[in-house]
Amino acid sequence: MTGKLRRLLLARRGGASWHWTDVASYAYLALGVLLMFGPVLWLALSSFKTPAALLEFPPSLLPMAQSEVSVPGYPQPLPLFQVTMEDGSVRELAQVRRVGIVAQMVDPAAPGQTIRVPADRRTPVRHMALAVENYTDPLTQFDFLRFLRNSLVVTVVATIITLIINSMAAYALSVYEFRGKSVAMLGVIGTLMIPITIILAPVYLVVTKLGFVDSLWAVILPGAATPTGVFLLRQYMLTIPRDLIEAARMDKASEWRIYARIVMPLSMPALAVLAIFSVMWRWNEFLWPLAVLTKTEVHTLPIALNAFQGELQTQWHYLLAMTVVTLLPVALVFAFLQRFITSGIANTGMK
Amino acid sequence: MAGLELRGIRKDYGSTAVLKGIDLSIADGEFVVFVGPSGCGKSTLLRVIAGLETVTAGDISIDGAEVTRTAASDRGLAMVFQSYALYPHMTVHQNMSFALENMGIAKAEIAARVDRAARMLRLTDYLQRRPAALSGGQRQRVAIGRAIVRDPKIFLFDEPLSNLDAELRVATRKELAALHAEIGGTMIYVTHDQVEAMTLADRIVVLNGGRIEQIGTPLELYNRPANLFVAGFIGSPRMNLLPTELVRGEAAGPAATLGIRPEHVEPCQEADADLTVRIDLVEQLGGETFLYATGPNDIPLTIRCDGQSRLVRGDLLPVRLRRDHLHRFDAAGLACRSEPLPARSPS
Repeated sequence: MTGKLRRLLLARRGGASWHWTDVASYAYLALGVLLMFGPVLWLALSSFKTPAALLEFPPSLLPMAQSEVSVPGYPQPLPLFQVTMEDGSVRELAQVRRVGIVAQMVDPAAPGQTIRVPADRRTPVRHMALAVENYTDPLTQFDFLRFLRNSLVVTVVATIITLIINSMAAYALSVYEFRGKSVAMLGVIGTLMIPITIILAPVYLVVTKLGFVDSLWAVILPGAATPTGVFLLRQYMLTIPRDLIEAARMDKASEWRIYARIVMPLSMPALAVLAIFSVMWRWNEFLWPLAVLTKTEVHTLPIALNAFQGELQTQWHYLLAMTVVTLLPVALVFAFLQRFITSGIANTGMK
Repeated sequence: MAGLELRGIRKDYGSTAVLKGIDLSIADGEFVVFVGPSGCGKSTLLRVIAGLETVTAGDISIDGAEVTRTAASDRGLAMVFQSYALYPHMTVHQNMSFALENMGIAKAEIAARVDRAARMLRLTDYLQRRPAALSGGQRQRVAIGRAIVRDPKIFLFDEPLSNLDAELRVATRKELAALHAEIGGTMIYVTHDQVEAMTLADRIVVLNGGRIEQIGTPLELYNRPANLFVAGFIGSPRMNLLPTELVRGEAAGPAATLGIRPEHVEPCQEADADLTVRIDLVEQLGGETFLYATGPNDIPLTIRCDGQSRLVRGDLLPVRLRRDHLHRFDAAGLACRSEPLPARSPS
């Protein structure tokens, strides 16, 4: 395992020494990693920051907090500073209060005596502190599990329906010859040009008439047939040799059986790609659920997260933490299914 | 097992006529080979019989039952494809049992049939493999096995040997002949290879340009070709075709073209010679020799001699055409059947 990793990380274009193109490739890849993973890392680290640390300027990468100390005689814990004294010595003092440019400090070891220090002579003592409450608070106060369940139901059910409907449409458009086939295909592709914002109102009216408003079906059904999915699957199914389908017909298979036993298994790579897309679309979908899901108990995660963003203030620490939680399932799905993207079914029965 | 009857089959693709009226009847248990050059419509005809293509006109009946409009899956035929068309995601066993499952046959019966076919085709050790893990010859046998387990009314083969190398092709050809002898089904076999046609067929159907040129047993076609096309197509090397006026004593009569097979051209004394030819190429095969020569008016002539020859390129060779094996064709290219064979002997 480590040997494999070493080979992967130290691969060169061949030859014993590093060529300048190796260096350039690695520099380019490193830049790519920085551009793509930088924001995610920033998000993950920031999600552990306290609200105060989030608003700090200049910002720090790691979640830091100022150390505090309880000093006898003071009811609240006091912030700890490193102070350069007039004689040049450095002492660690707790700050009682600050008045203008002068801070009143106290030595935690000798709390009786107050020391007056110019404010610019002290620097805060900091340590790394994970604000785990960013995660725990919403899980208890904010009904995270319900929203998670709603999002899961929408994503899983919608993805299953999408795969079934789209693959059947793609099967018809790739296997059968019928009048108007290319017109139908053009129609499907043509809908790609219409953004959701344009059809939002009419679809909303349809959904209202069907009585789906404030039920998860309102989110699941309207987007189940996607032109992208039909197109993607059709293009893949066109590459399945016609002989296989004809052989199945000669083998007395009904059209349903050909679809289920021959074409679907052979389309696995394309289905996996569509499944990944569908999961990502549904999991992150915002505008449409926001329009049709008005009751809190049917909110999906993205809509629920929106609640942290108020008109007057945004609870960034909760928002960031819950965003991280929201990202995890999609990342997991991707990790499991991505091998289907890279490898098709390697074996074919053809010559 | 069943017979097949085709009446006036026509197939057009748009304005292109691919089959121009095919009438054919195939008896139960017969091995019939469709042969012809590429584009002659032989594969289309097979697909029409299979039900994978609809006909523009004409009727098809199997065992007396009209099936022209019946779907491929309901005709009860089995087909072996040129590409084998094995299901890549299924094991050999699943490939062979798929049709039986579709027919709703009991599990035990399926297992028994697959087992029997696998033993017959020496596939028992490979039943759990996927097609990708098989050699070309094994895939070919799986494709045949998939047809055998069905116990179909008619077996259809679409150039099944064309993807095999020469040695395997000869071996599989023999196996196919043995298979037909063993299970005795009606088989229709499409090929462009006339050696396959000659060796396998009970009857050969020669197709050209969407029409049947001649139907007959292999030797009938070889010995009595009905027209110039069949004469040229059957036999390797090809039959020599000469204008009648080049041959002594043949100019009179209805024939415009004479045909003579390479083995019926004999080197002879100059006095007896019909033609004197110049040798262009000598092919020594050990047991026999082919001489490729040019006659008068640059007519090419192929001569087959037994054994080995001392002749070399550039030699002049007087040859005689054996009159009893001369084929005569009229100006339209049809065989002159009114003349009895064997024909007149030379004066």
